[in-house]
Amino acid sequence: MKQFFLASILAGALALPAVAADYTIIAPANPGGGWDQTARSIQSVMQTEGISGNVQVQNVPGAGGTIGLAQFASQSAGNANALIVGGYVMVGAILTNKSPVSLNDVTPIARLTGEYEAIVVPADSPLKSMGDLVEALKKDPGAVSWGGGSAGGTDHIAVGLIAKAAGVDPTKINYIAFSGGGEALAAILGSQVTAGISGYGEFESQIKSGTLRLLAMSSAERIPGIDAPTIKEGGLDVVVQNWRMVAAAPGLTDEQKAAVSADVEKLAKSAGWQETLKTKGWTDTYLAGDAFKEQLAKDVSATETILKDIGLVK
Amino acid sequence: MTTFDFLLQGMLVAAQPMNLLYALIGVTLGTAVGVLPGIGPALTVALLLPVTYRLDPGGSLIMFAGIYYGGMYGGSTTSILLNTPGESASIVTALEGNKMARKGRGGPALATAAIGSFVAGLIATLGLAFIAPFVVKLALVFGPREYFALMVLAFVTVSSAFGDSTLRGLTSLFIGFALAIIGIDQLTGQARMSFGVPDLLDGIEVTTLAVAMFAIGESLYIAAQGEQGPDKVEAVKGSVWMTAQDWARSWKAWLRGTLIGFPIGAMPAGGAEIGTFLSYAAEKRLSKHPEEFGHGAIEGVAGPEAANNASAAGTLVPLLTLGLPTTATAAIMLAGFQQYGLQPGPLLFATNPQLVWGLIASLLIANFMLLVLNLPLVGLWVKLLTIPKPWLYAGILLFATLGTIGANPSVFELGMLLAFGVLGYGMRIFGYPIAPVVVGLILGPLAEQQLRRALAISQGDVTVLFTSPVAAVLLVIAAAALIVPLILRARGRGQVLSQLAANED
Repeated sequence: MKQFFLASILAGALALPAVAADYTIIAPANPGGGWDQTARSIQSVMQTEGISGNVQVQNVPGAGGTIGLAQFASQSAGNANALIVGGYVMVGAILTNKSPVSLNDVTPIARLTGEYEAIVVPADSPLKSMGDLVEALKKDPGAVSWGGGSAGGTDHIAVGLIAKAAGVDPTKINYIAFSGGGEALAAILGSQVTAGISGYGEFESQIKSGTLRLLAMSSAERIPGIDAPTIKEGGLDVVVQNWRMVAAAPGLTDEQKAAVSADVEKLAKSAGWQETLKTKGWTDTYLAGDAFKEQLAKDVSATETILKDIGLVK
Repeated sequence: MTTFDFLLQGMLVAAQPMNLLYALIGVTLGTAVGVLPGIGPALTVALLLPVTYRLDPGGSLIMFAGIYYGGMYGGSTTSILLNTPGESASIVTALEGNKMARKGRGGPALATAAIGSFVAGLIATLGLAFIAPFVVKLALVFGPREYFALMVLAFVTVSSAFGDSTLRGLTSLFIGFALAIIGIDQLTGQARMSFGVPDLLDGIEVTTLAVAMFAIGESLYIAAQGEQGPDKVEAVKGSVWMTAQDWARSWKAWLRGTLIGFPIGAMPAGGAEIGTFLSYAAEKRLSKHPEEFGHGAIEGVAGPEAANNASAAGTLVPLLTLGLPTTATAAIMLAGFQQYGLQPGPLLFATNPQLVWGLIASLLIANFMLLVLNLPLVGLWVKLLTIPKPWLYAGILLFATLGTIGANPSVFELGMLLAFGVLGYGMRIFGYPIAPVVVGLILGPLAEQQLRRALAISQGDVTVLFTSPVAAVLLVIAAAALIVPLILRARGRGQVLSQLAANED
């Protein structure tokens, strides 16, 4: 019975939101994923840096974050202590899932981190450069299979953009969706697919050990420490960043918004956060205020266009 | 230094008193969490990750290892005693384990699960240490078409868990398939059969269905019978410990379970459940006592339990050698590695041998702790069965509900739990087996996705499904498993076979 007892305490702790929390962060994904890790990193840095005395993380997984987003928008309205972590994947998921709740229904505070897409092939692939890959794509789009994360996610969108920029019909791309970068990695290493696309972090150690060849990165400029050209250099105007952000509840007063923004800025500028970014291998792409709002609006409309082009959104 | 030296050095690190304490805390927590239906090891490790920031890397990894193995083991206890699988990997354990418990053989069932888990964990951890690079090469050979062939084999073999009527078994399986279709289609991102309900977009959680079907359904069934309940549960009949015959029947099943579970755990799209299904089917075919299957055959507990622990170790193969987390728990352990600035992957064995071997050594220690913790408790656990029925089933309902909302605090999830509980009750009344529904929910989407991926890669060419040697071999085995019983039946040995497919519920 002792173990039942322990277990029930644990369950109780999970089921009840803490009463004395300064911030409650919703991670709209299962434990272990990028959003969960972001939320838990914010939690620990906010506490150790003294920005907030008590931070709770709650996982509300499902449907590319739209379940958590919907719950957050409806239950936290006007609550200045509630935060949600989200990102670019949410933008696509809101569109493909026809989610009734969008990012307009919450208060985006700031973009915190970002990761660029890496395009790789197995080391023994005959494709030596991004140019080769684009040539093959132009010759027969169906013959080039791309392995990446979930359908309609950042990886899929990036492939759609590449095809469009190369003058290939985006509906013809042969994108093989896997449940995540990890499962896709196995298929790429096993040469089951022609090329792989996902966040650089998913492939980093394979690229370094030489089992994968990095063809290009989806950044605007070359990234220090990564030995690969950008897609742009190859003449295709494609820049994709898989960013993560933090948003506050809808219906906040201007004072409340300013207070949350100040706390998030303190977080992003803190030594503890910079240290976390380094150990996790995340890139600091902090962007707040109107600049972030503008970027977000741009991303939303560009994503809608490409998802329609691919045929995922009608 | 050789592999062996590294391992020995790792053992010395792991065997320090503080590290042993962490291992003990880890296995205790892991077992506790595994016992609670719905809450898995992934959530526990995620919750404990911040706590371990203050520990040294060795200490925290040892604790993770304990939680991981403990969680895999804990699920079997409730499966056997209460017919309530705590994890999806212990669903099969409930089939035979609970029948044994009802006959007063709960002690040997728990013991064979504990020792089988230990043996499998031990062999698989050593396998991880010595043949990981080889196993991972094998796992990478598996592309979509090979996985599809494996799924076909799994479908054919799990049909042996269907009970006495193939039609009823297939009906249950197709209920599972129908449920599996609900949610976002992974390959196109489009919602199917979700009827605009956002909570259905992610499909039906396997643990919710399993807990509902087994625990809630069973509780309703028992409650509906009132005082006339036919099966008088005897807590202990004969020895609490395994007899010589139990040992003789268990050890081969442990080894076979390990052999099946380890490579499947190592496959990026494998998963512990598939190993347990295949192991159960294998034991049933190979057993000298096939008539006992469905009535509490010890091999049916020993094999799948060994398989699920072996696949837990198998999961670490791609994690350590490729940096590829294939389960949620592995993903969080990856985060744990990163916290210390380590990037698991092909270079980890070369750049950080102490840590890798420390982890492997702590897995061995955790495994041993688990045995120490659980064997003496067997006598205590079986006393659970002496709790008066109303209390016992009220407790089961409470913990099933608590576990489900603990994992996903949503009213809708709770509603689904109850609705599926009623479905499970109805199926019990009309004699439909429960397990195939859960099997359908787990294997259905895997088979569908892999088939569609294979066909997408080949641009619609169906022949690719047979042209890979691995896929071809798997399909031939599946065909043999399907056809041989038909031939046997045609030759007039049908009676043996219908006994073999004895009713499980």
